[in-house]
Order: sequence, then C-alpha cells, then structure tokens
Amino acid sequence: MTTPMTTKERLAIDRARMPELAATIRSANFEEVNRGLAEDDAIREAQRCIQCKNRQCVEGCPVGVSIPEFIGRLADNDLPGAARILQHDNALPAVCGRVCPQETQCEAKCVRGIKGEAVAIGYLERFVADWAMKNAARLGAETPPPPTGKRVAVVGCGPAGLTAAGELARAGHGVVIFEALHDTGGVLRYGIPEFRLPKAIIDVEVDRLRALGVTIECNVIVGKTLTLAQLRQEFDAVFIANGAGLPTMLNIPGENLKGVYSANEYLTRVNLMGAGRLADASTPIIKGHNVAVIGGGNTAMDCVRTARRLGADRAMIVYRRSEAEMPARVEEIKHAKEEGVEFLMLTAPVAILSAGDGWATSLRCQRMELGEPDASGRRKPVPVEGAQYDVPADVIVNAVGTGANPLLTATAPDLALNKWGNIVADGNGLTNIEGVFAGGDIVRGGATVILAMGDGKQAAAAISTFLS
Amino acid sequence: MFEVVSNDVLAPSLHRMVVRAPRVAASRKPGQFVIVRSAPGEERIPLTIGDADNAAGTITLFIQAIGASTRTIVAIPAGGFLRDVAGPLGLPTHIEAWGRVACIGGGVGTAVLYPLAKALAAAGNDVTTIIGGRAESYIILKDELSAFSKEVLVTTEDGSMGRKGFVTAELADLMANPDTCPKAVFAIGPVPMMRAVAELTRPLGITTVVSLNPIMIDGTGMCGGCRVLVGGEPKFACVDGPEFDAHEVDFENLFDRLSTYRGHEAADCKLNRQVQP
Ligand SMILES: Cc1cc2nc3c(=O)[nH]c(=O)nc-3n(C[C@H](O)[C@H](O)[C@H](O)COP(=O)(O)OP(=O)(O)OC[C@H]3O[C@@H](n4cnc5c(N)ncnc54)[C@H](O)[C@@H]3O)c2cc1C
Ligand SMILES: Cc1cc2nc3c(=O)[nH]c(=O)nc-3n(C[C@H](O)[C@H](O)[C@H](O)COP(=O)(O)OP(=O)(O)OC[C@H]3O[C@@H](n4cnc5c(N)ncnc54)[C@H](O)[C@@H]3O)c2cc1C
Ligand code: SF4
Ligand code: FES
Repeated sequence: MTTPMTTKERLAIDRARMPELAATIRSANFEEVNRGLAEDDAIREAQRCIQCKNRQCVEGCPVGVSIPEFIGRLADNDLPGAARILQHDNALPAVCGRVCPQETQCEAKCVRGIKGEAVAIGYLERFVADWAMKNAARLGAETPPPPTGKRVAVVGCGPAGLTAAGELARAGHGVVIFEALHDTGGVLRYGIPEFRLPKAIIDVEVDRLRALGVTIECNVIVGKTLTLAQLRQEFDAVFIANGAGLPTMLNIPGENLKGVYSANEYLTRVNLMGAGRLADASTPIIKGHNVAVIGGGNTAMDCVRTARRLGADRAMIVYRRSEAEMPARVEEIKHAKEEGVEFLMLTAPVAILSAGDGWATSLRCQRMELGEPDASGRRKPVPVEGAQYDVPADVIVNAVGTGANPLLTATAPDLALNKWGNIVADGNGLTNIEGVFAGGDIVRGGATVILAMGDGKQAAAAISTFLS
Repeated sequence: MFEVVSNDVLAPSLHRMVVRAPRVAASRKPGQFVIVRSAPGEERIPLTIGDADNAAGTITLFIQAIGASTRTIVAIPAGGFLRDVAGPLGLPTHIEAWGRVACIGGGVGTAVLYPLAKALAAAGNDVTTIIGGRAESYIILKDELSAFSKEVLVTTEDGSMGRKGFVTAELADLMANPDTCPKAVFAIGPVPMMRAVAELTRPLGITTVVSLNPIMIDGTGMCGGCRVLVGGEPKFACVDGPEFDAHEVDFENLFDRLSTYRGHEAADCKLNRQVQP
C-alpha cells in the first residue's frame, strides 16, 4: 500500500462527472441515461472524501448509511469491504444510487460542498452497488438465520415493503409479501422508467430477498382477495406498505377526452406493460405528436421524457410556478432539457379542447405570476388576467400528484386514518391496531424511495421487538 | 399460475372457462370481476366472475373473444394456465328485495348478468330475464337462466329465435302493463343497448342499474383509465363500480373512450400487428 493521501491532495481532485448517453441517441430509446463511473474514476472520487470526524453527510441521509466508511474502503480499493458496509445499511443501494435526491440530502450536507463541490456520494453508492451485483459470487450469499417460527405479512412490494421484508427475514421471521399487481417493485417498476432505473436491477434485488426465504405472492389485493383481518389471524404481525396510488384529477373541462392520461396510467402502460417499449408487448399507448405533461415533480419529468422516447415532436412540461419551485430532481430537469423537452413555466391548465371527435387537440393555458408566499412558504401562483392561450396537444398527461388508495382501508374500518386517508402510524410504524404496522407513502403521502425504505427498516425493527 | 380446469365453446367465439383461483372463489360476490393476463407481455383484461365454487376453489369466466388479447385467453385449453388472475375487484352488486325485477342481457353481457340475476332471485325477487343477440347461435345461458327466472324472453336481430328485434321491445311491453312492470331493471350488454334501456326507463323513473365496461389497466383504482362520468362526476369503474345508476351515466363518453385504441395511431404493439379488421 502506498502512503496515504494528504488532505491537500484530496482537496485538489475535481469532482467526477457522470458519463451519460448522448441526448440525441437516448431520447429515442429507453436505455439508461447515466452509464456509471469507471472503476478508476470511482476510486479517485472516493479519495476526495476527507473522512470528517463529525459526519455531516450521514446526518443528511434518511437511513443513516455509513457514508465515510464505505467511501473510505472504496478509496482504499477494498470493494468487497465497501459493498458489505453499504449493503448492511441499505437494502436497495443500486436503486438509491440512481433515484435518491442526493443533492438535497447527503451531498447537501457534505463538508466539501461548502467551498466547492460535494463528494459525489450518489455516484459512489451506485458504483459500489453495481460492483456488488456483478460480483455477488465473490461476496458470498447471505445465510438465512435460524427461524424464529414467527410469521409476518407484508402488504405491497414497493421499496418500503421490500426493505421491511429483507430486515424481517434477516431476523429469522417467515415473511410473505402480498402484491396487488402481477410484478414486484411498486413504483420502482411501474412508475420510474427504465432509462433511470433498469428493471433488471429490481429483479436482482428481489431475487436476493427470495434467496433469504421471503415469499412473494403477486395478484393478491389486500382488502379484496384477502382482508387485513384475515392477515392478522394468519400472521403474527402485518406491515402495510401499499403506497399512494390514487390519481388526483385536474377537474378541468375535457379531462375525459381520448388522449388524456393520468401519469399512473401513462407510466404503467409503458413501464409495467411494456407499451411502446418492448416488441412483444400487447398493451397499446397513444403516441402523440404534441404531448403536454402537467406538473413539475419527478413523475412529470418521467412522463415527459417517456413521451419524447415514444416519438413526440413536442414534449412539454406545463407548470404553474417557476422552475425554481419545481420539486423534481435537478438532474432530471437537466436531462429533460438536454432531450429537447420544452418548459412552459408559470402556466396553469384550464381546459382541454377537442375538435369534436372525442380526441384532445389542445390545452387551454392560463398565464400565472408569482404572488405572496402561501402556507408552504412558496410564492403562490396567481392568474394574469386575460392572459390565456391554447397549446396544441394530442396527448395530455396529468402528473399533479396522487393520494392514498382506499382499497385496503375501506375493508379495515378499525384502522385509524388521517383526513387525507393516509394510515396514522407512530415513529416506529405502529398503527392503532396491535401487531399492525405501516410505512412508506401510505403513511407519508407521496414521498421518496429512501424515506419509504427508512420506514420499512424502522418498522421491521419494531416488529422484531413486538414478536420477541 | 392459474390452472384452466375446463374451456367450452358456448356460442361463436364465446367461451366458458373454469379456472382454479381458490382465494378469489372464497371471497368473491356477484357483480365483481377479475383481471386476467394470459402470459407475460399480454394485456391485463377485466372479466366478470360468472360463478364460483368455493369447495373446488374455482371460478367461472365467460369470455367473448373480440380482440387479440381475449382470443389469446380463450385459446388456452383445459390443463393449461393463465399467468395472472387478480381479484375479486369492484363493488359487489347491491341486492335488495325489490319484488319484480327485469334482468336484461345482450351478447356476452348475458354471461355477466347471470350471477347477478341468480343473486336477485335468491334474495326473493321475481326475475324476468330478457336476452338478446344477433342470431340464435349467439343466445347463451337460456336454460341456466330459466332455472331461477319466472320467464326468459329472447330477442334476435334476424328473428332466428324468439322475437325479431331488440331487447328494448320486450322491456317496453313489460313496462306497458302495470301487472308486469318491473320495480328495478338490470341491464348488461353493449353500450348502445344499455343506453336504450336507460332512456326507456327514465320517464317512469324505474331504478335501472348497468354494469360498465371501460378499458382498464390495474383494476385497483391506481391508473384512473377506467373513469366514467356518472352524474357529471368522474368515477373509477373498477373501484366505484362497475355497476352504476343508468340514468346518471354519460354513455356517450363511455362509448367514445372505448374506441381509444381502435385504428388510431398508437405505439406499435403486438396487438396492432395482429388485429387486422
Ligand atoms: C413516476 C414517479 C417517479 C418517482 N421518482 C422518484 C425519484 O426519483 N426518487 C425518489 O426518491 N422517489 C421517487 N418517487 C417516489 C417514490 O417512488 C415513492 O415515494 C416510493 O416508491 C414509495 O414506496 P412505497 O413502498 O411506500 O410504495 P409503492 O412504491 O407505491 O409500492 C406500493 C405497492 O403496494 C401495492 N399495493 C397497493 N395496494 C395494495 C393492496 N391493497 N394489496 C396489495 N398490494 C397493494 C402496489 O401495487 C405497489 O406495488 C417517484 C414516484 C413516481 C410515481
Ligand atoms: C368490469 C368489466 C367486466 C367485464 N366482463 C367481461 C366478461 O365477463 N366477458 C367478456 O367477454 N368481456 C368482459 N369485459 C370486456 C372485456 O374486458 C373486453 O372485451 C376485453 O378487454 C377486450 O380485449 P381484447 O384485447 O380482446 O380486445 P381489443 O382488441 O382490445 O378490443 C377490441 C375492441 O373492444 C374494445 N375494448 C377494449 N377494451 C374493452 C373493454 N374493457 N371493454 C369493452 N370493450 C373494450 C376496443 O375499443 C376494441 O374496439 C368486461 C369489461 C369490464 C370493464
Ligand atoms: S461530509 Fe463529505 S467529505 Fe465529509 S465524510 Fe461525508 S462525504 Fe466525506
Ligand atoms: S382500471 Fe385503473 S383505476 Fe380503474
């Protein structure tokens, strides 16, 4: 081993750039945009980390990944060591390395960001996780612990459910995940497109859980196929992680015209069913020449970039505030712009128009300006009087948000809900019913992958305590 | 994987399929449906649960092969498997003792009507069933329905069986006589038929229930694709329905939305390549 680097040497290294597929090529296919760092670049980036005593980056991570530790191993070229630390802290590192908003979490707190650029923690997480996937044999399989004889049912196979299942299986409990759809992953599979998160990665993570003894039963809709009461009888504990899958309507005229989709339907057709993406898919989707996507979050970016890939000549974001207020990740906005997406800012939809044949032809827009800050602290968009105009649009996608799906809760009358229909759970995920825990978007409302995973981890710990 | 126990042809392109799905069989109620996917890559297709045998753990589906996906489903022989069967979905039929009711089925709608008519009869209603079809060969389940109906009236468009014409003619006759006029009407079939029934019963204010068949994806209220306008409000047929008050339904919009993938420029998919009209 060579002499350790000095801090000065570390500070002199420039932040690594993520290699990307060229915008002209990628906007016509579904291949992953970010290609991942090469090993040398990853190690050099890891060497930028100054191994702070007070680990600010960890503070910024919702699940408290041991960031300096895994980066330190990587800097020393100890990839198996880095992988073990990361996998211990994070059940889905290859997913988080791709979709976490690092710039507002760990990297926002990174000490190196004060005077320059933060350590590219997200890129490194992805690099180590991908290495671990390719070298699974070298890392060795996890051996399931001796069974405790206790059984836990998990409702929903999204990030919260998958994380909880993994933790519970590692604690020796028998785990069965019940999933309503015909495939695993929740939003990771049906919402987030292949160009950001390849489905093969979800498959590997899910297989790892199966190897630990977790059973996954798809096509089971809790609340319909089985009720919560039945699960409580059959299992020693239940963890509910059924997400927030209920589209919010725009409530504007023309919403029922042909060519108008909710983001959930649009993305589900393409991502889960393969419409327009896989040669052997039977599910159709309307391609559209002019596609208007309403909203400014990650979901809206995913829809508009999908529209581009399906061949839209004009793919537009219609958002009622300005770009500074857009909740989408900075990287997604950047990628969308590179791919030729147009941004219609300070624009609110007021009606969808048709030529009379039942098909949408244009979106009537209202120009907005920013007024006084509202309750959220953001400046409130107010209409500019008389400023309306029509934008041609044959496909319109509503990506303004989702709420709590009542399917499960409708048949579980004892379960306490808040006024938005979300399940009420304490910091450990415990609901008002003994032995029933909940977490992820069904508790928080639409949030993030890592927060959902954090809930899964927390609840699994609480469930293990409850069972012992 | 869900085993196909039997698969019989009842009428041209109409199949009765018995499928092993024990959990669905145990929890289903009349009016509910399942989402079926025959194989990976195939569409998710909603199909009403026609009947169920809890002891055997089976459900019965009646499937009209109209497009590529339903044709793929009915092509699976007994002993084969459906990749996915999810359900029961939708709200069960609201069953009440109305007294005298008319149950009207058109085409494959007759099959969808069957569990409902049976449940209405079991609740003590006097059931008159009217079934219609293009020709005699399309008339299905007549004997099965006769088992609990007071009367089964048949209409065919070509007059090859029963009365020549549409089901609405028989309904109009029932309504014209105070002794036979139904207290409630249940109509399931093509959209134009359901709309015609709704218009016939509207002036007399007879409670009329229809089961709607919009295009669905998940069937769990997640995608909003199945939205229909009922009383001017958007409703999701998969969770709020599929049965609704016929006098409140915007049939025009439903009819229109059902044509979304017919001939329009949709992304190339296997289905577009297979279905040559
Ligand atoms: C398009 C899109 C893009 C996003 N992009 C990002 C991003 O870049 N970064 C980020 O951090 N977050 C992102 N998010 C948010 C993130 O995906 C969610 O916060 C996260 O997936 C929530 O996880 P969950 O496990 O709570 O629920 P989900 O992922 O919603 O999973 C819930 C699962 O439960 C199943 N289910 C529902 N009801 C039942 C029932 N009754 N019985 C059985 N199963 C049921 C569902 O089918 C689903 O599989 C995005 C969300 C969307 C929609
Ligand atoms: C709640 C519900 C219950 C149903 N129950 C039954 C049943 O018991 N038996 C049965 O045979 N059918 C039933 N249907 C209709 C069945 O789902 C459709 O006929 C089927 O989805 C058409 O699929 P396809 O791919 O073969 O035809 P496609 O090739 O997709 O379509 C052929 C034509 O049918 C139209 N179409 C597409 N989807 C639907 C749809 N969901 N409903 C009606 N027309 C559609 C298309 O616009 C097209 O013109 C039900 C539908 C719903 C919503
Ligand atoms: S704050 Fe930044 S430099 Fe400090 S330990 Fe964390 S990643 Fe390394
Ligand atoms: S089918 Fe998706 S909401 Fe009804």
